[in-house]
Amino acid sequence: MAEITLAQVSKRFGPVQAVTDLSLTIANGEFVVLLGPTGAGKTTSLRLVAGLETPDDGRVFIGGVDVTGLPPAARDVTFVFQQYSLYPHLSVFDNLAFPLRSPTRRTPEDEIRRAVGEVARLLRIEDKLQNRATQLSGGQMQRVAIGRALVRRPAVYLMDEPLSSLDAKLRSELRIELKHIQQDLGATMLYVTHDQTEAMTLATRIGVINRGRLVQIGTPRSIYEDPADIYVATRLGSPGINLLPRALFPTLEAPAAAATIGVRTEHLAIAKGQNGAVTGKVDWIERLGDQNHLHIDVNRQQIVSLVDPDEGLGVGDEVAVSLHKPLFFAADGQRVR
Amino acid sequence: MSGALSTAHSVVAPSGRVKLLAGAIVVLYALVALVPLLWIGLTSIKTPPDSISYPPKVVPFVHFEPSIEGYCNLFNTRSRQTADYLASLPPANSACEEITRSRSMVVVGPSNYVPRFLNSLIIAFGSTLLSVGLGTCAAYAFSRFKVPMKDDLLFFILSTRMMPPIAVAIPIFLMYRELGLSDTRLGMILLYTSVNVSLAVWLLKGFIDEIPREYEEAAMIDGYTRLQAFRKVVLPQATTGIVATAIFCLIFAWNEYAFAVLLTSGTAQTAPPFIPIIIGEGGQDWPAVAAGTTLFLIPILIFTVLLRKHLLRGITFGAVRK
Ligand SMILES: Nc1ncnc2c1ncn2[C@@H]1O[C@H](COP(=O)(O)OP(=O)(O)OP(=O)(O)O)[C@@H](O)[C@H]1O
Ligand SMILES: [Mg+2]
Repeated sequence: MAEITLAQVSKRFGPVQAVTDLSLTIANGEFVVLLGPTGAGKTTSLRLVAGLETPDDGRVFIGGVDVTGLPPAARDVTFVFQQYSLYPHLSVFDNLAFPLRSPTRRTPEDEIRRAVGEVARLLRIEDKLQNRATQLSGGQMQRVAIGRALVRRPAVYLMDEPLSSLDAKLRSELRIELKHIQQDLGATMLYVTHDQTEAMTLATRIGVINRGRLVQIGTPRSIYEDPADIYVATRLGSPGINLLPRALFPTLEAPAAAATIGVRTEHLAIAKGQNGAVTGKVDWIERLGDQNHLHIDVNRQQIVSLVDPDEGLGVGDEVAVSLHKPLFFAADGQRVR
Repeated sequence: MSGALSTAHSVVAPSGRVKLLAGAIVVLYALVALVPLLWIGLTSIKTPPDSISYPPKVVPFVHFEPSIEGYCNLFNTRSRQTADYLASLPPANSACEEITRSRSMVVVGPSNYVPRFLNSLIIAFGSTLLSVGLGTCAAYAFSRFKVPMKDDLLFFILSTRMMPPIAVAIPIFLMYRELGLSDTRLGMILLYTSVNVSLAVWLLKGFIDEIPREYEEAAMIDGYTRLQAFRKVVLPQATTGIVATAIFCLIFAWNEYAFAVLLTSGTAQTAPPFIPIIIGEGGQDWPAVAAGTTLFLIPILIFTVLLRKHLLRGITFGAVRK
C-alpha cells in the first residue's frame, strides 16, 4: 500500500486539454473518488497514475517514488477498465490468474488456484470460472475485471467506473463489498464514477473534476454541504439543488455579490397557507413511495422539494416556502459567503 | 469497415427459398470450377494414348483402364532400348519398370520432380513465413505507435502493388544477375516476400486495429512488458488474421509462374515451370503433366482445409468477433 501524489500534472491530446495542472495527494489507505461529467478527464487522470499516459507536465509519485518515467508494469498498480478488459481468448479462470502468472510476479500454481477461488467466491462468479470470457453477461464481465484487480495486492488500486454495468441490487452489494475489502486491506484507491451514491458512500474524499481541472476536493460531507461553486453544488444531490434568482427572495439576507441562491430540496420548509414570506403553488407531485417530490411554482420558477407522503398537500395548493441553509453564488458561479 | 459488415451479420436468417437458390448456385459454380480439376485427376491415371484419344475417354474402368504410368513417368527418366537388350534384362522388379519396358524403355533414374517440388515447398513456405512475420511486426507498429509519416508510408507500401509485379521483371532480372541471386532459393524467397509483404501489412493492420488497445494496456498493468503483452494477448487474438494472410501469401508464392520461369532454371526451379515441360515420346506427356499437377495441388489443399475455419472468419475481415 502506498500514497499517490500527482504534482501539477497536465495532459493534452492534440487540441484537447484533457487534464490541466492537476495536483492531488491520496494518502496511504485512503479511498478517493473522482466525480465529474463525461469527458472531464477522469479516465485520463487514472491512466496517468497507471503509466498508460505520460504527462506533458508535472510528476507522478507512488509511495514517495517518482514513477513519471516508469512503465506500467514497474508501478505495481491495478486498473479496472471502463470497458473491454477481459482477454477474450482466455477462460475466466485464466483471466483472473493472468496477473499472477506475469513474469514479474511468478506465483506457484496452487497459490494461484487459491487466490482465484477466493476472489471468485467474493464476486460470486465461482460457477463461471471455466467459461470463455466472451460467454459472460456484461455484469459478469465487469465482476471478473474487478476480480483481476483484487487477485493481487498492489500498491494502488485504480478503478474506472467498475460498477457501471451492474444492476442496482448487485451494484449496492458490491459497493459495500468493495468498501469492506478496501478497509480490510488498508488499500489506497483512486476510483472514478458518475454515480453520486457510490461517491458519497465509498469515498474518504471526493474530488470533483470539470473540464480537466480539479474543482474541489474534500470529504463527501464538505463537498455536499460546502460546495466551492455552482458546478460542484449541482453535481451532488438527487433531485438536484434548486438554483433560484436572488430576486425571488427579496427579504432574505444575502451577501452583496450573490446572484443565485442554491437550496437543496431537503432545506426547503413547505407549509400550507400563505403565511410565509414567499408563496407558491403546487404544480405536480412525484410519488416515489417513501417520499414525494413536490414541484412548486414560485413566480414561474420551478422549485423541487422533498416532503413526507403524509403531508397532505395536493396539486394546486398554495404553500409558503422558506429556506434553511441557503448557499449563495456570484454571477460567475463562484460561492460567496 | 467492421461496423458496416458486422451489422450485415445480424440480419434475420434467410428464408428456405433463398437458401435453396443459394445452394443451387453454389453447387453449379462448384461443378464448373471442379470439372478442370476432375479432368486433370482423370488424365493422370490414363495411359498416354488414352489421354489424347478422340472421342475422349471419360469414365474409368468403362472407357479406359486406370494406369499409374503417368506417375511413373513423372518420377522417373527413361531411355529407349532395343528389343534385344530388353530381352536380355532380368525380370522387372517394380510395376513402373514393367510399364516402362512395355513401351520399349528402361528406367534410368529419378526425374527432377521431387527436387522441384521441394524447392516449391521451401520457397513458398519460407516466403510466407517471412511475409507474415514482417507483416505482423510492421502492422503492429503502424497500428499502435506514432510512426512519422505513417499514412505516406502505408500508401507507399500499398503502391508496390499498383502494377503487376511482372512489370518490373527486367530490372529484377538484371539486378538478380548482378547480385548472384538468380536461380537461388534465397532469391525467390526474397522476391515473393517483397511482393507479399505489402498485402500482409495491409491485411494484418486491419486485424490488429480491431483488437482494442485496452487488452495490451491491461496486460502491461498486470506486469507484462509490451513485447510479452504482444505475444500473450495480441498474437492469440490476431491468429485468424494471421492465418488468413498466410493462406493468401502461400497461394501466391505456390502458384507463381512468370518469375519462376524467368529467374529459375536449375537448382532453385520450382514445380510450376517444371511441370508443363515434361516431355514424353513424341511430345507432351499429358498423364505425367496431369500427375505432377495433381500432386502439386495437395499441399495447398491440406493447408487450406486444416485452416479453413480461420479462413472463413478471416476473410470477413474480423466482422465476426469471437
Ligand atoms: N487517446 C486520446 N486521444 C485524443 N483525445 C483523448 C484521448 N483520450 C482522451 N481524450 C480526450 O480527453 C478528454 C478527457 O477524456 P477522459 O477519457 O479522461 O474523460 P472521462 O472523464 O473519463 O469521461 P467518461 O466519463 O465519459 O469516461 C476527452 O475530451 C477525450 O475526448
Ligand atoms: Mg472515462
